[in-house]
Amino acid sequence: MAAAAEEAAGSGGGGSPSSARRRLRIISGHLRSSPRAPEREALSLSPCKAQGGSTGPASGSIPRKRQELLKWNGWGYNDSKFIFNKKGQAEFTGKRYRLGGMVLPTFKEWMEKTFGASLDHKTTSRATLNVNDVPPSIVKEEFLQDLRATKISYSQDAEDRVFRAHGHCLHEIFILREGMFKRVPDIVVWPVCHEDVVKIVELACKHNLCIIPFGGGTSVSSALECPEEEKRTIVSLDTSQMNRILWIDEKNLTACVEAGIVGQDLENQLAESGFCTGHEPDSMEFSSLGGWVATRASGMKKTIYGNIEDMVIHIKMVTPRGIVEKNCQVPRMSTGPDIHHFIMGSEGTLGVVTEVTIKIRPVPEYQKYGSVVFPNFERGVACLREVAKQRCAPASIRLVDNAQFQFGHALKPQVASIFTSFLDGLKKFYITKFKGFDPNILCVATLLFEGDREKVLQHEKQVYDIATKFGGLAAGEDNGQRGYMLTFVIAYLRDLGLDYYVIGESFETSVPWDRVLDLCRNVKERIARECKEKGVQFAPLSTCRVTQTYDAGACVYFYFAFNYRGISDPIHVYEQIERAAREEILANGGSLSHHHGVGKLRKRWMKESISDVGLGMLRSVKEYVDPNNIFGNKNLL
Amino acid sequence: MAPPITRCPRPPPRLPQRSGQPSRGGAGQWVPREVAAAGRPLRRGRAAERGAGRRGGARRTMAAATAAAAPGRGRRGAPMYSKELTSKKRDEFEDILEERRLSSDLRYAMKCYTPVIYKGLSPCKPNAIKSAVLQSEQVQYVIKQLAKEMGESSDIIQEEAMEILDEMGHNMQLGAVRFFAFTLSKIFKQLFQRVCVNEEGMQRLQHAIQEHPVVLLPSHRSYVDFLMLSYLLYTYDLALPVIAAGIDFLGMKIVGELLRRAGAFFMRRSFGGNRLYWAVFAEYVKMMLRNGYAPVEFFLEGTRSRTAKTLPPKFGLLSIVMEPFFKREVFDTYLVPISISYERILEESLYAYELLGVPKPKESTSGLLKARRILSDNFGTIHIYVGQPVSLRTLASGRINRCPYNLVPRHLPQKPSEDIQEFVSDVAYKMELLQIENMVLSPWVLVAAVLLQNLPAMDFELLIEKTLWLKGLTQTFGGFIEWPDNLCAKKAVMSGLTLHSNIARLVDGHVVLNDKGVEDGAVGEIVFKHALAILMCATYRNQLLNVFVRPSLVAIALQMTRSFRKEEVYNCFSFLRDVFSDEFIFFPGISLKDFEEGCFLLTKCDAIQTNQQEIYPTNKGSVIISFLSTMFRPFVEGYQLIFRYLAKEAKEAFTEKQFIPGVRNFVFQLLEKGNTQCYEALSSDMQKNALAALVQLGAAKKKKMSNGFTYNVNQEAINKILDMFDARIPVQKPVAARL
Ligand SMILES: Cc1cc2nc3c(=O)[nH]c(=O)nc-3n(C[C@H](O)[C@H](O)[C@H](O)COP(=O)(O)OP(=O)(O)OC[C@H]3O[C@@H](n4cnc5c(N)ncnc54)[C@H](O)[C@@H]3O)c2cc1C
Repeated sequence: MAAAAEEAAGSGGGGSPSSARRRLRIISGHLRSSPRAPEREALSLSPCKAQGGSTGPASGSIPRKRQELLKWNGWGYNDSKFIFNKKGQAEFTGKRYRLGGMVLPTFKEWMEKTFGASLDHKTTSRATLNVNDVPPSIVKEEFLQDLRATKISYSQDAEDRVFRAHGHCLHEIFILREGMFKRVPDIVVWPVCHEDVVKIVELACKHNLCIIPFGGGTSVSSALECPEEEKRTIVSLDTSQMNRILWIDEKNLTACVEAGIVGQDLENQLAESGFCTGHEPDSMEFSSLGGWVATRASGMKKTIYGNIEDMVIHIKMVTPRGIVEKNCQVPRMSTGPDIHHFIMGSEGTLGVVTEVTIKIRPVPEYQKYGSVVFPNFERGVACLREVAKQRCAPASIRLVDNAQFQFGHALKPQVASIFTSFLDGLKKFYITKFKGFDPNILCVATLLFEGDREKVLQHEKQVYDIATKFGGLAAGEDNGQRGYMLTFVIAYLRDLGLDYYVIGESFETSVPWDRVLDLCRNVKERIARECKEKGVQFAPLSTCRVTQTYDAGACVYFYFAFNYRGISDPIHVYEQIERAAREEILANGGSLSHHHGVGKLRKRWMKESISDVGLGMLRSVKEYVDPNNIFGNKNLL
Repeated sequence: MAPPITRCPRPPPRLPQRSGQPSRGGAGQWVPREVAAAGRPLRRGRAAERGAGRRGGARRTMAAATAAAAPGRGRRGAPMYSKELTSKKRDEFEDILEERRLSSDLRYAMKCYTPVIYKGLSPCKPNAIKSAVLQSEQVQYVIKQLAKEMGESSDIIQEEAMEILDEMGHNMQLGAVRFFAFTLSKIFKQLFQRVCVNEEGMQRLQHAIQEHPVVLLPSHRSYVDFLMLSYLLYTYDLALPVIAAGIDFLGMKIVGELLRRAGAFFMRRSFGGNRLYWAVFAEYVKMMLRNGYAPVEFFLEGTRSRTAKTLPPKFGLLSIVMEPFFKREVFDTYLVPISISYERILEESLYAYELLGVPKPKESTSGLLKARRILSDNFGTIHIYVGQPVSLRTLASGRINRCPYNLVPRHLPQKPSEDIQEFVSDVAYKMELLQIENMVLSPWVLVAAVLLQNLPAMDFELLIEKTLWLKGLTQTFGGFIEWPDNLCAKKAVMSGLTLHSNIARLVDGHVVLNDKGVEDGAVGEIVFKHALAILMCATYRNQLLNVFVRPSLVAIALQMTRSFRKEEVYNCFSFLRDVFSDEFIFFPGISLKDFEEGCFLLTKCDAIQTNQQEIYPTNKGSVIISFLSTMFRPFVEGYQLIFRYLAKEAKEAFTEKQFIPGVRNFVFQLLEKGNTQCYEALSSDMQKNALAALVQLGAAKKKKMSNGFTYNVNQEAINKILDMFDARIPVQKPVAARL
């Protein structure tokens, strides 16, 4: 196996205490501006100069050797995971997260009750990657010579290549644990700046190679999977080392950033200057700016800051045809269809996004969580609808159904002040205020307010007043905060489930307001039915939450998991059910995707979604920009 | 009058909460249906339970209620209806009157009535439902539209809508239900010997009601149908349905109001132009359905079949009840075909008069009171077979792919797409065919069929022999005969004759039609009396026809073409099938499959042999072939008579009102002169169907005028059809690609 030819200096770890603290801050949603500890030096090999003067040392949380920091066969940091300790209690390891080191006494019971899972029935992932299983790296010497001449760092190491052969779909993780991908990249390259990317794309065109851009690797649409039938050398273009903020323009409140920067670094580094983008997808610890642009990502605080398409002022992309960009950085222009919209959502099929000018905002003075309990999901949705109508949605407002409420409950730790106080509070609520609320029907909305203190309090009152009209009762700040924490740790939970025959996944859609309830009910019922038909022994967990509100509709997010004992081909069964659920969504007037994108997972519905002509329009752009299909990841079209 | 409502002394038993609702308290082990069923036994009073227990071991347990339908692929041609040709298992029957005869009707009427309800239901008073309908976006939208168009204030139209609702809406009250339970017990015991029900069917229905909104689709032969069905549901402690009944009932004031309180709601027979009425009505039905307040019941046939032959389905109501599913306002909807067969139909003579053009007495309370004398009569046994609930979702899967309702707000009135219309029509036919499959045939039905081929008189012993023979044939063809096990053929035929002594009787070892008064009287009267007797008798034979029609049309085609070439026979079959498409029930667009089924059944009874290209009648087959074609001769001849009339006599443009008496006179004269023996051509039902067939074959045009429909015929085209009948020219049909 060819080893990495040129190691860049500093393969440093993000696991320092300070970064752990940072993680904690992100998870809890408090982004304070604290000085970052300089963990790594600037990449010494970087030939690039930031045009406008960089705002500090360019280094990211994510090393080139991702496996040193991150799990190779699961989600997140190596040191953070759910386990069952010797007493058989669930526990979250590591110090990065607030939940770290805590015991979750009721989780085991919840898991047994919900999935019929048992600690006695355990599956084990293979412990390490078996390098011999990995398809060999096939790269022509001529290309390697040209590549070496550019001084761009690369690797043909099997681990490096496998790590970039997948995103985080269930089947991908399953393959890592129990099998091997049929096709993985042949070589990984680490450009450190725009010019590097230009060179790589030129070489790819010259040698007729296939490039697959790799950002944070958090894709959940099979977008990163290599097409099995691709015969050319596949180059994984890892953007993680292009992670500098090139400049900050305080007058216009914009920042120009290299596309490989991951969310947490972007926010932390901006925070040093007192700014933020406010873009917080649940994957923000690992997903990259370029990835967001390429998938049309959406962050939890979109009500204030907008989705990625609302934030982007300028995009620079390298394509086989050349570089696409605009001549100015203006808030809006009327120059035909916006070319940004060809780029956003292009999912790596047209070129590599290298630099993005993005809107920034001063870090908000004050943040406050909140929560409201509703007697049932219907009332909750009605309330969110009204909030949207009055256009007074807080930075984030989410409504979880009863099953998810119970799920959240199962994650209550034994110790830790905020949790106990919450719990006690909740118990008291049950006895006093919640009378008439059926704990098996009620649902909870979690809220996050942001802004200056006075306005937040005012805003808070307005929202709670509306909630009251719909039978809602304020249920405390902690409850809200816990809700948001859940979304960060849930990805870790899947790995635990996998150890005990439980597989699961999430998927999302957007839907007009009047169809939200019907869609939620029907999709859940469809999942339950399909499971039964496919021989799933235990009723699945199928639960949803409304995660975003818009004027004309909402984004709905589903979790779906089941115990697969007794099923010989769980992934196949799982995929059939997910497919049925998607059919159900479409039949209920929901969209193919609100923010996860299409990738290869949802391609089959594209025509139905945007019509023949629509698809043809996209195709013709692809044909013009990339006639030889250099960006051949086969997503979308 | 109505006894007071009693309070239920014990808490109603409930099925254990099913785990299929993940949002409610997480999940748990699947509860298999059978177990869930055990949680709440279907109850029908103690005696019945004992009875069931006794036989418990021997009884078949029915498979869980899964949709009967195999999802059809694509459009027509690969239909969602495919009949099972191997003999199918059917449930056994229980007599519900048996227990009524043993215990107090009053106690029965006052019993604890706590029907199981739809899982998502929040109970609601009729008035609240009405105001919800009125306030619904759907109705409000139409009100606003009309107000704008007519320049009136929407308040006025709103009031109008309220009136419509009052006229229409049901007003179910337990008191009325109990009153009905009591009186109907008395009346039914008087009228009928037995009322037999397949209890497994009721059990399946009980589950279905809890799971999804349910639409009951009974066959319609008598006014007794919906009374009986409600009675039945009450007996089994199931939710009473709201019934879409014709508005002519409203003529009967007291009864009408009572019916309304028992859960009927009323619909004007025709409200084509009235948008407000349509909107209110449709929303009312959908509201009942969406919220699962009660099963919705209506008759696919639209009206009582006067001939006991299933009428071609009407699509309006069906498409209304399917809409909530299309719009995904409900997850699924169960359609439940129900076959109600009468050994003797209450209205039999009324129907015969009506078919012959003697005006039908308007339903009035006094009319019904006069009908009391009927009470002294015996009407034998009723069989009610509650079919497998059919999941609309299953039917639609793979059929309705595109989502036509996604791009328009769901409350806007929207004409269904062609796809959907076609689907609705297919479902309607499918449900009727399912009704037909489970329709019980009594021995008398066989007797009538044999007798009509052997008029004026038939040797009793021969009749018995032939009846037995026909029994075998009917079973081969998949007919559902209830022939009491221990009853010898003679007794069965005898008991049929006794029950139907008004139709036929035994004279000197011969069976003759009971057309008393024929001997003396004017020629016209003789013809009329004779026609009356024949039509009444035909009502029973007719119950066989839809079971027999496919093999019979093959048999007729064999005779007409005098050819053995499959292709020719098929062309003729297909022609006949088209001609009779309103007369008998064929699933749309599967002519070839029907032909194959006909051939298969004929092969099964050894009447024919087939190879790739040819069909041969066997030696012993000629008896069967000729019996089958004779069975349908009245239709073949009748249609020809009617066509001949139209080809010769019809004026430029005519209405149905002009056509019926015209053709009746024409046939009447031929009968008087003895130029034909086809009495059945006097039936207005056949006349209308024949005209409709011409329209469908393109030989007549139907135009909507202010005063109804007018028709124009194309003489040449009719003559051509007549020539095909006479086999003077070969049937011209595009040849199917492969046989
Ligand atoms: C636990 C979890 C939570 C998530 N939560 C959210 C959420 O809240 N909101 C949301 O929108 N998404 C969410 N996602 C989905 C995922 O994080 C987003 O799609 C994200 O935008 C992907 O970014 P990435 O940098 O990880 O891209 P990758 O996964 O590396 O790549 C995704 C696609 O973009 C292409 N691509 C990446 N970088 C570039 C580039 N620079 N130029 C051109 N193409 C490129 C790749 O080729 C690939 O096709 C979540 C995923 C997980 C696993």
